[in-house]
Amino acid sequence: MIRFENVSKRFSSRKSTTDAMNHINLEIDQGEIYGIIGFSGAGKSTLVRCINLLEKPTEGSVYFQGERIQDMNQRQLRAYRQKVGMIFQQFNLLAQRNVIENICYPLEIAGVKKSQAVARAAELLELVGLQEKAKAYPEQLSGGQKQRVAIARALATKPEVLLCDEATSALDPITTRSILALLKEINEKLGVTIVVITHEMKAVEQICDRVAVMSQGTIEEEGTVRDVFLNPKSETARKLILPDHETEILEAHHMLRIAFDGQSAFEPVISEMTMACNIAVNILGARTENIGGKAYGQMLIELPKDHETANQMKQFLRDRKIHFEEGGGTHE
Amino acid sequence: MSNSVLQLLWSGTLETLYMTLVSSAIAYVFGIPLGVLVYVSDSGGICQNRVIHTITGTVINIVRSVPFLILLVAILPFTRLVVGTTIGSAATIVPLVVAAIPFVARMVESSLKEVHAGVIEAAKAMGSSPLQIVYKVILPEAKPSLLVGSTIAVSTILGYSAMAGFVGGGGLGAIAINYGYYRYQSETMLLTVALLVIIVQVFQETGIWLVRKIDKREQN
Repeated sequence: MIRFENVSKRFSSRKSTTDAMNHINLEIDQGEIYGIIGFSGAGKSTLVRCINLLEKPTEGSVYFQGERIQDMNQRQLRAYRQKVGMIFQQFNLLAQRNVIENICYPLEIAGVKKSQAVARAAELLELVGLQEKAKAYPEQLSGGQKQRVAIARALATKPEVLLCDEATSALDPITTRSILALLKEINEKLGVTIVVITHEMKAVEQICDRVAVMSQGTIEEEGTVRDVFLNPKSETARKLILPDHETEILEAHHMLRIAFDGQSAFEPVISEMTMACNIAVNILGARTENIGGKAYGQMLIELPKDHETANQMKQFLRDRKIHFEEGGGTHE
Repeated sequence: MSNSVLQLLWSGTLETLYMTLVSSAIAYVFGIPLGVLVYVSDSGGICQNRVIHTITGTVINIVRSVPFLILLVAILPFTRLVVGTTIGSAATIVPLVVAAIPFVARMVESSLKEVHAGVIEAAKAMGSSPLQIVYKVILPEAKPSLLVGSTIAVSTILGYSAMAGFVGGGGLGAIAINYGYYRYQSETMLLTVALLVIIVQVFQETGIWLVRKIDKREQN
């Protein structure tokens, strides 16, 4: 549906040039939720802005349903942009318009009659669960409510794609969760393809089907969320999956990172392993999420010095089909 | 205080209000488009254009750097051409407008600059044309700030109009000079000054009240 072919973007000023994106190739399929993850300055915001040409690539081609978007004239581009909704970290609502008027804005510029626009806006408000805030102004809303209004506004013209640029980065964890759940619901109910830009692995884990890991303007690895999460191949992916201090632990100790991918709850596994191997396990760190009733997450455990016991532990995990990798970067 | 002085002050006040408000209105008719032009043509603006930006910016700066009294005298031939005379209230309006347009344009530009870049980006992403962005996003979002700017502009134009009294303009400024300065009637001068202060105060307070009423960011 969206295809990047050898796309590069260079920002040049008199003093310096920065390559924000280097020869990016990627393909986003219709109906999926595609995540692009990376640290600040990796070029992911530039990438997402190339999809609706808020940034013009300096090289390469971006195709939408087979059409090269850089070849569109101004009028075609505006019509195309109405098919691609976008939400932002800072919400970017019109402060002088109330909620309904904000949602009506894209319909207004698309030439939709006012009565129809208001009816459509009311429908969308219901979808995002803010009917009672129709007459409120953005200043009177919480961050999560503002993002809900922004989502409703982005969906007003029935777009086929929704771009989310760090849409949950300014929100607290609980609100983040509910906004992500809403995006998932929109994807499932309306069939809207969603592109999520984020630096939070959690956001990707919760809703994405596939993910691309970006660093310094290039895509370091790409795949299903499950594969990237269970078997990160790039340094960047590894750092994003493990909180910063734990990366150091991973390098310093001889240890295992056990990943739970929703097939097993973790507690019995560890207890059973300690019993089976007859050894006390030192847990260095753990993080788990309950997503849809399944355990997702990871645990860092120290491996015993004794090789035989260590191998016994690994064999136990292998038998249970539990994904793990050893410290130092070796994969299993 | 004699009746005639009071009558003089009353008609002077009306003249001053007439000059100030008419000049301000005309200055805004030209100043808003000029300010928008400077703003949108700026680098990073929605219709970036270096030539237009440099030309408009330079013209604004030149007119703004000429002291008002000099400007007033310098454009006398133009004033005569427009209103047929160079003395009185109507004749004062011409130089007031000429001096106020670039001032207003800068005020407008700085108000527009306060609009968050992200909001404009969002409008672009939704497929707005540049004209729609100006009319439906930038101007409405900047409205409270534009209103604050206008109270400052009106007070400044009021001050200019008083200055015009020196060279045959009408209004309270002329009374202060003709009676207070040339005829040594200090009380009359003080009274005109007091009236000018009151007028500025009224404009300022009205402006602030209006801003509070219309700005949706402050209604909680």
